[in-house]
Amino acid sequence: MLSYALKRFIGAWPTLLILIALAFFMIRAAPGGPFDAERSLPAEVEANLRAAYHLDEPLPQQFGRYLLNLVRGDFGPSFQYKDYTVTELIMTGFPVSLRLGGLAMMLAVLIGVSVGALAALRQNSWLDHAVMSVSMTGISIPNFVMAPLLILLFAIFLGWLPAGGLGDGSPAHLVLPVVSLALPQIAYISRLTRGSMIEVLRSNFVRTARAKGLPQRVVLLRHALKPALLPVVSYLGPATAAVITGSVVIEQIFGVPGLGRYFVQGALNRDYTLVMGVVVFYGVLIVVFNLLVDLVYALLDPRVKY
Amino acid sequence: MSTAAEVTVSTPEEKGRSLWTDAILRLRRNRAAVTAAVILTVMTVLVIAGPWLSPYDYDYTDWDMILVSPDLASGHFFGTDGIGRDIYVRTLYGGRISLLVGVVATMVSLLIGIAYGATAGYFGGRVDHLMMRIVDILYAMPFMFFVILLMVMFGRNILLIFVAIGAINWLDMARIVRGQTLSLKRKEFVEAAEALGVPPFRIIRRHIVPNLLGVVAVYVTLTIPQVILVESFLSFLGLGVQEPMTSWGALVNEGAQEMENAPWTLVFPAVFLAMTLFCFNFIGDGLRDALDPKDR
Repeated sequence: MLSYALKRFIGAWPTLLILIALAFFMIRAAPGGPFDAERSLPAEVEANLRAAYHLDEPLPQQFGRYLLNLVRGDFGPSFQYKDYTVTELIMTGFPVSLRLGGLAMMLAVLIGVSVGALAALRQNSWLDHAVMSVSMTGISIPNFVMAPLLILLFAIFLGWLPAGGLGDGSPAHLVLPVVSLALPQIAYISRLTRGSMIEVLRSNFVRTARAKGLPQRVVLLRHALKPALLPVVSYLGPATAAVITGSVVIEQIFGVPGLGRYFVQGALNRDYTLVMGVVVFYGVLIVVFNLLVDLVYALLDPRVKY
Repeated sequence: MSTAAEVTVSTPEEKGRSLWTDAILRLRRNRAAVTAAVILTVMTVLVIAGPWLSPYDYDYTDWDMILVSPDLASGHFFGTDGIGRDIYVRTLYGGRISLLVGVVATMVSLLIGIAYGATAGYFGGRVDHLMMRIVDILYAMPFMFFVILLMVMFGRNILLIFVAIGAINWLDMARIVRGQTLSLKRKEFVEAAEALGVPPFRIIRRHIVPNLLGVVAVYVTLTIPQVILVESFLSFLGLGVQEPMTSWGALVNEGAQEMENAPWTLVFPAVFLAMTLFCFNFIGDGLRDALDPKDR
């Protein structure tokens, strides 16, 4: 197991490097620069600015410098928020995003798995059909469409929940963003669980467990649930990526001051270091999370050889 | 079921029924998929021909009719937006863009995916290993962020949307095609072609690719809604098509800002978008069941 983990760990490095390089050179290749303004700066001032930010060095050298700083956890200064470094901005935005995304993921797994398992146990009943049609709807309605509709219903028509912002940080403010972030994932996970659960319930070892006379509860919890959850575990990687991407719009819609909002605003303001920082930060997060998911999968599934 | 499907895939002429007639027969029995197909056809016709039914143009500003609610008499069937533009016509024009992007970008990803996957699978060995390793690495990339970067950095033109979205969606296709190719290349007709000295890329084109189309069809119907989703996501962020042209994502975004006073500006485009995605997903599911009953 340890050598497998090590191998996977080493294998993740090229991915990370390519990711960072891609982001770095893509931004540098873009027309326009961070000091473009309506009134152009005097040549010497701009030259000094460029020198201060090391923009006058050859590109490979800049890239090397960026990588070195990155290793030290330094994402560079923000061009737009003059008094902050990108690291500081990430550190203020990320906890908010993490709370949002973490809650949404937890909700998605809990509800998705239980609803999916329930539907599988009553396959072809009205409950099953209801769950499947609702989840198909959930998959088909993107979260940026769902979010305004939820606001319209619960905040404007019914007035039960606040429409946006974090306010005093009370849980009520989190309900709508978390729910709209979680819904598509709930839908997807419930379909996934249902499918694999149905397959597992038909398998020989479950039949054997039943033939031994084990009570239904033990058959389900001890024997069926674990293998049925394997596809869900491997979906957690893509799910995280989806939640992170989704939170970019969700934060925009609800005015939540998270990392996603910095990303969109940074991109629109051409705040290169900030945008780059967010891409690298989230990219590394996703790669690392995928790695963890793979390792957990290998631990859970006795058929995986390493 | 599964063996029947395999038989039809490998030797269609013996059964006297091709893979496609077989699949269509099975698809026709799937009521949800048929309904979805009908709705989608109606939607497509409406999107193409519907704007002619309205006296208004998509960028025409009716200054006397700002934010009016849906009304048949005035000709604003779905009402108007904040600067008096007709929501009905704009929704349909947005639909043209969304559907067009969906189809074209899917074709782009299809071409890349088939070429890449079939090459990797057919040549096998080191080539395959290297090519699939590249796919693995790319798979881990948060592409959505890169697409956003691209759109911001290089301006918002529709051609770039096609290419960018197509270029991120081919990975799945490449994997599936490669898997199919690996099993296809051991078939007798490929061996026969090799024995006759047919060059590799000709074999891929004439013998491998046509036999892949069944699996590919399923993924095409499942990729189109994904692509439409990505496009509307970008448009929602204001990075998609440019004003006064519009797409469903952009309309939902505008509607979300007006929804307190004028919910119809949000509801109509949202329903059109959701409905289209819904139908494509149902057809894709149905097609998957019809062509490959024991998939995944």
